[in-house]
Amino acid sequence: MAVAEDTTELDPSLANLVEELSLRFEQEIVAVQGYRDGIPVLWVTATGLKTLMHYLRSSASIRFQMLFDLSAIDERARVHREGQPASDFTVCYHLMSFTHPCDIRLKLALSVSALSAPTVTDVWPNANWYERECWDMFGIVFEGHPNLSRIMLPPTWEGHPLRKEHPARATEMEPYSLSQERQQHEQEALRFNPEQWGMTRESKNSEFMFLNLGPNHPSVHGVFRIALQLDGEILVDAVPDIGYHHRGAEKMGERQSWHTYIPYTDRIDYLGGVMNNLPYVMAVEKMAGIEVPERVKVIRVMLCEMFRIASHLLFYGTFAQDVGQLSPVFYMFVDRERVFNIIESICGARMHPGWFRIGGVAQDLPVGWDKAIREWLDFMPARLRDYDTMVMNNGILKRRTQGVGAYSTKDALDWGITGAGLRATGLEYDYRKARPYSGYENFDFEVPVAANGDCYDRCAIRVEEIRQSLRIIRQCVDNMPQGPYKSAHPATTPPLKEKTRLDIETLINHFLSVSWGPVVPPQEVTTIIEATKGLNSYYLVSDGGTGSYRTRIRTPSFAHLQMIPEISRGFMVPDLIAIIASIDFVMADVDR
Amino acid sequence: MKFEVGSALSIAAILFTVIVVAAMLIWVERRLLGLWQERLGPNRVGPFGLLQVVADMIKIFTKEDWVPPFADRFSFLLAPPIIMVVILLSFSVIPFAPGVGVIDSDIGVLFVLAMASLGAYSVMLGGLSSNNKYALLGSLRAAAQMVSYEVFMGISLLGVVALAGTFNLREIVLSQADGWYILPQCVGFLIFVIAGVAESHRLPFDIPEAEQEIVAGYHTEYSGMKFGMFFVGEYLGVVLVSSLIVVLFFGGWLGPAFLPPIVWFVLKASVFVAFFVLLRAAIPRPRYDQLMNYGWLFLLPLSLLNLLLTGAFVLWQEGM
Repeated sequence: MAVAEDTTELDPSLANLVEELSLRFEQEIVAVQGYRDGIPVLWVTATGLKTLMHYLRSSASIRFQMLFDLSAIDERARVHREGQPASDFTVCYHLMSFTHPCDIRLKLALSVSALSAPTVTDVWPNANWYERECWDMFGIVFEGHPNLSRIMLPPTWEGHPLRKEHPARATEMEPYSLSQERQQHEQEALRFNPEQWGMTRESKNSEFMFLNLGPNHPSVHGVFRIALQLDGEILVDAVPDIGYHHRGAEKMGERQSWHTYIPYTDRIDYLGGVMNNLPYVMAVEKMAGIEVPERVKVIRVMLCEMFRIASHLLFYGTFAQDVGQLSPVFYMFVDRERVFNIIESICGARMHPGWFRIGGVAQDLPVGWDKAIREWLDFMPARLRDYDTMVMNNGILKRRTQGVGAYSTKDALDWGITGAGLRATGLEYDYRKARPYSGYENFDFEVPVAANGDCYDRCAIRVEEIRQSLRIIRQCVDNMPQGPYKSAHPATTPPLKEKTRLDIETLINHFLSVSWGPVVPPQEVTTIIEATKGLNSYYLVSDGGTGSYRTRIRTPSFAHLQMIPEISRGFMVPDLIAIIASIDFVMADVDR
Repeated sequence: MKFEVGSALSIAAILFTVIVVAAMLIWVERRLLGLWQERLGPNRVGPFGLLQVVADMIKIFTKEDWVPPFADRFSFLLAPPIIMVVILLSFSVIPFAPGVGVIDSDIGVLFVLAMASLGAYSVMLGGLSSNNKYALLGSLRAAAQMVSYEVFMGISLLGVVALAGTFNLREIVLSQADGWYILPQCVGFLIFVIAGVAESHRLPFDIPEAEQEIVAGYHTEYSGMKFGMFFVGEYLGVVLVSSLIVVLFFGGWLGPAFLPPIVWFVLKASVFVAFFVLLRAAIPRPRYDQLMNYGWLFLLPLSLLNLLLTGAFVLWQEGM
């Protein structure tokens, strides 16, 4: 099988930029590559990496304000690498522009004998955690990194799990045993040592108290740990510790077939339900060249927006609860229940329907599907007005959240903040508007923005987003196109049943794509969506098989948590709780 | 044996009633919260879930009585009974109805305030002896909050004392025969309610045990009946503050004769108990320093002003 040609025309200004770069950085750029997702790939040398990044960030004709993602690929088992420079491990830097609708990917080839790359933390502050994750998962050393230590896995872990030789299943490993010495060793590794966390034990005037907030604590929304350095109740420093919810979703992507991985994506942002399926199936569709029917697009948008509302309602309630308001969360859970009832009537499951399919959705909409939705659409606005009175206009809540945990647009871009956290700083950037996908360009909705970027604003944005999502859903209900709920493309999984009953070819195809799964041509594709919590993207690498060669999941929450120390220093413990609540994260989305 | 103020029978009856009422309040609060929060609340054990309290009590009594090895055992064990004892002692000066009460003390108001001050020890000792950082933060907050709000609580009561001319709670009730003190002392009443919520540290002023921030605050390490004492102590506090509000500002047992006095007292107190629950359902929690600023910069001047004006009024009336 040949490597699929780059079939997408690059955006003209982006094509110009690539040309400009390859002339200007002749020494630094080893090769240029294009893929179906319209993101040009520049292979760069280790020495030229930072120069190029500085240039792309501040002087290029298109400027890239954010390091959107940083990950790596273990290339050693990859067959289809035509046109790519030799590499055992490739570090990928995904840069995103907020002024132009385009991205660029830099790749750095490393050989297994010298697995080290220069750190880019001095160019992009948010590279810190990404590089740690890369080290943790692949064993790539980033020279000059301020704190290159394990981030997902425990400090005592041996090996780097995303390497191809690392087993993907427990059954491939020795049975687990815990000897006395090993236990001692593990426990010793858990001892809290402030110096390791970059904290001092005392200042000139006072001795600090260290408080271990989490991994189990009522308001960390899952298993999340923050080590606090306290002077009284004032936060001197707060260092997040993640990885307690890590379950190797990216590794699972390499062992599942394209089709059977869909349910796993549901559980990445477990409040987002089928919205998690969307970037994944869109990526596979893009690689396989599937065009989905209009009806599928609208159904997908409708369900995504329902899940956005469900997720925002949960956020809204817990946000109020975390600043000590007891009741709103109950009202909002009741409303969330109404959304789930509708979702259940369509998908058959509530939180994790896993309902999108490659090339379509699992079933057509049931008969009379729109009745309950219309009733609910008429019901919600009054409830939202009640909540405004109850929560947003409450004086105590305002005093607790206004001016707390504020950051500027520049800080947000530096730290990779997307979604409501970015719009709260005043930047009107919604991926659904900026680069519409799945037919969002056909909908009429507004992008709410705020000005102060504090906890209150982040909440206010999401509240307004609920209203906008209701608008979108109403447009879906009013204008649902007729047509098939699956594409007729052969890689659609499972294919339309009617055809399998008519000719043997489709029956064979059906049999294969159910037993083995569809085969996807060798490609690399990134798809990004505006998920409930920010930008969520899937970077899939196909090596021409029935499963993914590398599945990279970029989640918004991961980036958002990294910023906690920056925005919480100098505040009090209750403010930290308000900040955490306003970020709206789930740990499954952080750790994957 | 006669049923009169101070008799053994009435002491036993009052003690029993107060504790049972406080325990039943757990059910009342959960049902009311359920009603106001679009859910059911406990409704499975017994009729209307009434026996939920019994089930909870059986659970709490049969739980392992555990003292953390790192805690200071003596003060850890001492802390929970303190809160129960001081609040129950405070009830001794409350005049429930004519002839119903434990003692008619001429320093009733002062006695209640003194007991409230002692209550702070329970919370402080509990937090400190637990040797847990969350408990420490909780007890620090509790100490500051209770000590501060006692000041305003005391001053807010002085207006009533000045008008009635006595510290005796029974006489304060009797002196309201012509009109309840809620009208002349509405400012004092508001300050007393706020201070009362802060004293019994319930939401919105549950800062010492703010679940979302410091887990359970000063009683993080407590379990079984020792926790139960803190828990029931909180509800006893609610009953006590409601009773005091009724006695000081709403004419105690006084009311039209078609109902017996004790029923009037219970009715009035129930309204305030329900109000406390509603408060918990409705309002978010201010931050610890905001609460302190609010107290010292707003409530203190206001309560002093109230006292000065009341004093001036009393003097002017005497001069006439």
